[in-house]
Amino acid sequence: MSDHTITRSRLSLTRPLLTALLVLAALFFIFPFYWILTGAFKIQNVAVAYPPEWFPLAPTVQNFIDLFKNPVPRWTFNSFAVAAGEMLGVCIVASMAGYALAKKSFPGRNLIFILFVSAMALPKQVILVPLFTMLADFGWINTYRGLILPAIGWPFGVFLMKQFAQTIPSELMEAAKMDGCGELRMFGTIMLPMLKPAIGALAIFTFVGGWNDYFSQLIMIRSTLMMTLPLGVATLQGEYTTPYGVLMAGAAIASLPMIAIFVLFQKAFTQGITMGAVK
Amino acid sequence: MSTAALHAPRRRKPWREWLASYLFLLPALGFFLLFVVYPMGKGIYISFFDYSLSDFDYVGLDNYRNLLRDDVFFKSMRNTLLLVLVTVPAVIAFSLFVAMSIYKMRAFGRSFFRAVFYLPAVSSVVSITVVWASIYHPNYGLLNYVTGLFGAEPVAWLGDTRTALLSIIAVLVTTSVGQPIILYVASLGNIPASYIEAAQIDRATPWVIFRKIIWPMLMPTNLYIIVITTINTFQCFAIIQLLTSGGPMYSTSTVMYGVYEQAFKLGHFGVASAMGVMLAIVIGIISFIQFKYFGSDVEY
Repeated sequence: MSDHTITRSRLSLTRPLLTALLVLAALFFIFPFYWILTGAFKIQNVAVAYPPEWFPLAPTVQNFIDLFKNPVPRWTFNSFAVAAGEMLGVCIVASMAGYALAKKSFPGRNLIFILFVSAMALPKQVILVPLFTMLADFGWINTYRGLILPAIGWPFGVFLMKQFAQTIPSELMEAAKMDGCGELRMFGTIMLPMLKPAIGALAIFTFVGGWNDYFSQLIMIRSTLMMTLPLGVATLQGEYTTPYGVLMAGAAIASLPMIAIFVLFQKAFTQGITMGAVK
Repeated sequence: MSTAALHAPRRRKPWREWLASYLFLLPALGFFLLFVVYPMGKGIYISFFDYSLSDFDYVGLDNYRNLLRDDVFFKSMRNTLLLVLVTVPAVIAFSLFVAMSIYKMRAFGRSFFRAVFYLPAVSSVVSITVVWASIYHPNYGLLNYVTGLFGAEPVAWLGDTRTALLSIIAVLVTTSVGQPIILYVASLGNIPASYIEAAQIDRATPWVIFRKIIWPMLMPTNLYIIVITTINTFQCFAIIQLLTSGGPMYSTSTVMYGVYEQAFKLGHFGVASAMGVMLAIVIGIISFIQFKYFGSDVEY
């Protein structure tokens, strides 16, 4: 009995300590966002003040005015166009392929699936150099299609959809087949509605991934007008002086849409992440 | 599984089913072959060439030979491996700590903390680096201010070869723990409470419960998290490019950053491709070891 009580009392001491540690870690993660938001409203000499001003005592919107001297609406449009294009393409292509790989039997099925999966083990960026030379040959550098189409080739979506399609019972499809349902109708009216949760998760993932794919955007985009929002913000960093307030304002705008999407669709995010992990 | 029903129509007209399957696969396969498989092959091919804007000459293994003699490449490879060796365990330990602390919370607390730790992962890496650059700033950065309150001398966090890589790793870890925490919370929730209760009745200490029950049951999740975090860490590029550009004195240069520098700053596409191929080989070896080592503990 005494053994037990010792464990208990030790636990009751460590529990608040661990909770305090958790809260501290959470603050550490939130703080950079607080610093971006407050920094966006500080004038330059306050932003570089030492000791730092924890809260902007004289908030200003001048940083946003300066920021919008750049083509920020166009950058935002570019980011949305690229992310949405990738999202649409990946969802269409992956749901079709995932359905075929999970629910149909044909020669070469396993081989094709293994091919898709083994490519995923490689960092995508390893192929960026040859991909760049290829797209340069196509004349696709600095175009929307040069950013969108290659992203559709990445097999993660196919993998995710196949994993999910596998969990859908085949009885409905078999019954439909007995009734003489054609292949396209079977996919459109029976499979697609059942795949909806997975498509939702994949759509959000691809959108956020496309928005944040900084490396591809950096090498494929060559003109100020074609820049995406994150890339545009990155170019605001001056060579000699860094306009901190403007940068923070840009940083806030570049991340806000993604944070909003995440907060709104947290459930789909969580499902998508755990879905991809189940074996 | 009703295999009979699946096979019945196939026996009737197998080619129709096959044709339909291939048509459904065609778009994905087409994009995949054109934008992933073909560039992979092309990358290997051009790694044997002196390939720049003006030249395209076959040089055999010269690019590889030169890289193996190049100190900067070795430094980058060493930094890359160091990055993986520190980041992956740090991510595992931190996410496991958070997941263990929150998985029994009520739904609201759980989603709140999950969201907080996922924020840096969904935010644009540009935003993250912009704010960290200001926090790390040697003259008016917040970090030096805070350490100064405790009497420490100011440090050029990103400008000193001793602290630069560690400063990069700290940022990388904050952007990498979101997904692992979600995965650990899900797996911890799947461990039957009766196992832990039984151990508690037997007066097992929390540490023993963790070692003997929780950790073994997390093994498949561990493997998955190790694999994705390793790949993610090898890909780390934007944080480095935006915070240090590989400096000072190549102390934060990784192979991925070297690939970028060779190809897009110096225009040496052949050398960059050879670096990419060697990185892929290293990743292949590491993935193999991970599966061998951690995969053997996994019970399917």
